[in-house]
Amino acid sequence: MNQFPWLSVLTLVPIVGACLALLAGKRRGAARAVAAASALVSLGITLYLWSAFNRVSGAMQFQELHAWIPALGVEYHLAIDGLGLLMVVLSAIVVLISIASSWSREEHGGLYFAMVLFLQAGLFGTFTALNFIHWFFFWELSLIPAFLLIRLWGGAGRARAANQFFIYTMVGSVALLLAFLALYLATGKFDFLDLARLSQQGQLVPALAQGLHWGGLSGGGMAACIFWAAFLGFAVKVPILPFHTWLPSAYAEAPSGTTILLTGAMSKMGLYGVLRVLLPIFPQQMQHALTLLLWLAVASIVWSALVAWMQTDIKRMFAYSSINHLGYCTLGIFVVLKLAGDPINRAAAMDGVLLQMFNHALTASVLFWFVAMLEKRSGGLHGLNDFGGLRKVVPVLCGLMGIAVFSSLGLPGLNGFPGEFLIFKGVFPLVPWAASVSLLGLLFTAVFFLVFLERVFYGPVNPRWAAMPDLSLGERLALAPVIGLMFVLGFYPQLIVGAMNSTVAQILSQVRF
Amino acid sequence: MLAWTIYVSFIGAAILALMPKAHARVARGVALIASLASLIFTVHAILGFTPGSLLTVTRVPWIPSLGIEYHLAADGISLTLLLLTGIVAVAGVLFSWNVEKRPAEFFALYLALIGAVYGVFLSFDLFLFFVFYELAIIPKYFLIAIWGSTRREYAAMKLAIYSFAGSAMVLVGIIATLVETGGKTLNLVELAHFPFPLHSEMWVFPLVFVGFAILAGMWPFHTWAPTGHAAAPTSASMLLAGVIMKLGAYGCLRVAMMLFPAGMGAWSFHVLGLGSWQNLFAVLALIGIVYGAGVALVQRDFKFVIGYSSVSHMGFVLLGLMTLTQIGLSGAVVQMFSHGIIAGLLFAVVGRMVYDRTHTRFLNELAPMRLAHAIPFAAFTFVIAAMASIGLPGFSGFIAEFEIIVGTWRAWPVLAVLAAVGILIGIGFTWRAMDKAFFGGGAVAQPEPAAAHAALPPITIPEKIAALLLIASTVAVGVYPRILLDMIIPALNSPLFDGLRKGAWR
Repeated sequence: MNQFPWLSVLTLVPIVGACLALLAGKRRGAARAVAAASALVSLGITLYLWSAFNRVSGAMQFQELHAWIPALGVEYHLAIDGLGLLMVVLSAIVVLISIASSWSREEHGGLYFAMVLFLQAGLFGTFTALNFIHWFFFWELSLIPAFLLIRLWGGAGRARAANQFFIYTMVGSVALLLAFLALYLATGKFDFLDLARLSQQGQLVPALAQGLHWGGLSGGGMAACIFWAAFLGFAVKVPILPFHTWLPSAYAEAPSGTTILLTGAMSKMGLYGVLRVLLPIFPQQMQHALTLLLWLAVASIVWSALVAWMQTDIKRMFAYSSINHLGYCTLGIFVVLKLAGDPINRAAAMDGVLLQMFNHALTASVLFWFVAMLEKRSGGLHGLNDFGGLRKVVPVLCGLMGIAVFSSLGLPGLNGFPGEFLIFKGVFPLVPWAASVSLLGLLFTAVFFLVFLERVFYGPVNPRWAAMPDLSLGERLALAPVIGLMFVLGFYPQLIVGAMNSTVAQILSQVRF
Repeated sequence: MLAWTIYVSFIGAAILALMPKAHARVARGVALIASLASLIFTVHAILGFTPGSLLTVTRVPWIPSLGIEYHLAADGISLTLLLLTGIVAVAGVLFSWNVEKRPAEFFALYLALIGAVYGVFLSFDLFLFFVFYELAIIPKYFLIAIWGSTRREYAAMKLAIYSFAGSAMVLVGIIATLVETGGKTLNLVELAHFPFPLHSEMWVFPLVFVGFAILAGMWPFHTWAPTGHAAAPTSASMLLAGVIMKLGAYGCLRVAMMLFPAGMGAWSFHVLGLGSWQNLFAVLALIGIVYGAGVALVQRDFKFVIGYSSVSHMGFVLLGLMTLTQIGLSGAVVQMFSHGIIAGLLFAVVGRMVYDRTHTRFLNELAPMRLAHAIPFAAFTFVIAAMASIGLPGFSGFIAEFEIIVGTWRAWPVLAVLAAVGILIGIGFTWRAMDKAFFGGGAVAQPEPAAAHAALPPITIPEKIAALLLIASTVAVGVYPRILLDMIIPALNSPLFDGLRKGAWR
């Protein structure tokens, strides 16, 4: 426990970077260099963590535990298991992609990059903190820069989108805070691991019955109330239908660099919360509500794919496709609660969830990166009908973007496939109806991506863009590693699955009551 | 050394009073040196302080026939508030850097006010306490009446009348104390252990508590606060909301609750479901929280928004005090510190950074100016202050309100839920003011916003330093609250508060 505090340093690096970027102020070149350097250092640290991580153990590692506010039972408790590890690596990659996509946007100065780095600090903090108050601090910290990024640099409807985003997530946060306050008042604990332990020993409901008195509710009733409040907090963030309505306008109005952060990393905060908090602490309550939860996940998958098909705006289309892809993750998480099912299938679903979280972060970020490139070349346009025939004008851009699209669509050989495949492999035997209905989602996804390809890449060349420049050497070099990673993960998903085996076993073992 | 906080301030005030024609540069130089010196004395005392002890500074007989002494001492709670005074005073001088109207007199009164405030927080003799408490009323009257803005004479007179009314109630309490003890002592340490008869505590406690709570902005005696805050010049608003309101809250804790704890016991009968003064004042505090926030939600004048938000936030202090739990009381003291810093920051942004440049405080007139682009530093500061004010984690307000809510929950769960509603309304009004004033929310699109703000002068260096000082203070306490809690909690556990713990301590 007394080793070098890697996780504290990991969170500190972007904060220092952000302050330096603020100091750079209007000197854009300096600010973005600082941001890139900071993001590279962060990536370096996360890769070190990946290599130093003990894969055989599912326990928490790189632990740091210090007294902080003893009066409130708040400790400075940082640690990661495989889940946390995957999340910090993913955040480091996504932030780097976001910075790369804003590299040549003139309006993005020191303040912009500072906000991006603050957001990264919020992500790292959220994925490593294990005490609720500490965790909540970073959860909220990430919200403020995200709001400002949309509010100050967004498109025409930015004010409305930013306010909607803020209000939705704030309501979710308040619900979370109240839920944990109730848990604290009943148990005197804020630590996720302590609370999970109480729950698994069957002491949580009795403690609630003894510690709280809510107008005659039984302990189980109060636990259900607390569960749904916490669920609301995470469901808004992921988002899960019907709490998703903030998302399309936020994704569409935000500058693309910010959309990358929102979809790539911030949506994972919600899923991480479900895995780290809801699953270990409220398995019983979740199982009681399982049918409803499964329907919500299935609805997210099918409905969002259908709505994506109807969109005329590229960013909105991709935004709905994000909801669709995250729906597979929530579906995979929820079926784990089928305790009677074959453990192999549950493990497969959980493997798929972790893989899908990583792959969605990668693919969605790259997709929006390409949108940023199209916006840059067209002066900010992102309508589905604003382009046409780009395949003939900018073949390299279209080719590479096509790879990302097919990855998102789940073509075997690319990274999108193994995650979805594993999830379906797990879900089908456990809950056949959910798997069958969700297949509709896959179908619609294929359709709307084909619509996208047809409208933007094929068809007659739009004369306005006849002189559109293709990817520069710098852009190609920047894209090469991530496109490469897509193929690597497509052919060798074991890279992640292998590292996550013990973590998956640990997550499954926590689901008991 | 700690006594020099008082002396340095008064010496500075005297120097400036003796040279009324002094140049503004000299006047603010003297004021800055005096306030900085006091802050340094305070920090020095805190660094050498043993938590839980009572640091006696000076103790000499004064009027022996009445048992009155010149007795200065400090425990962890006093030190917390001394630190607050020091920080806000320095920031206030820096935010008054542009005062050109009779600067020497302005800073003389300013320093006299600060000296009196230090005196109140350091007094451990009830009579001395009262002398300093009264002394503080006079400079603040003149600061508002001469250098103020909107309806300044009215606001100054209202503030003075409310203050004197409260003082009169406190004075009756002091005389009752003298009579009960036979005029032998007014030493707070000895009085804390004096066995007052229950029937006298039952009427002295509410009298003294309300007397002080008037200055803490307790509903329904709060109406001086918004008008006073709005009329006062920037640094005086900062002191008024940041420090003077804390005088009232401090008096409630140090005098009313510490000396007459039995007065909070049950009445043995119920009126409207309230069974003790404790219940009654808790409900009034809660009304203040919700009412203050609700009224702030509909204000047109930016400064009134902040004024009513002070009423709401001070309601949390009183609610925390009334919980009589350790966590609630320590939350109340942290909230005193936290609100002092944050209110100071908010008033500085509104009064100095915005009003002195735009000459309007109406949100509807500010909206088209897009101040976020015109004076980005002011917007940045206000966003931070707003985040601190609504109690986001990482800022001092979160720790304070959190402790108070937990304490309230232990005492009365229903009030805790209603207080949480007050926080939600607080998010609403802070949000509305920020959106309108800085981001042009709700404004009709202006054809050329660039022309409107081209003329605004940029934020000066003293303003930036002062803003960063206040931000650093609230963040430091928010991130590492043990800075304060390690002083406050041992103080609450010290023998001084024995009476409270025996009463209803949980």
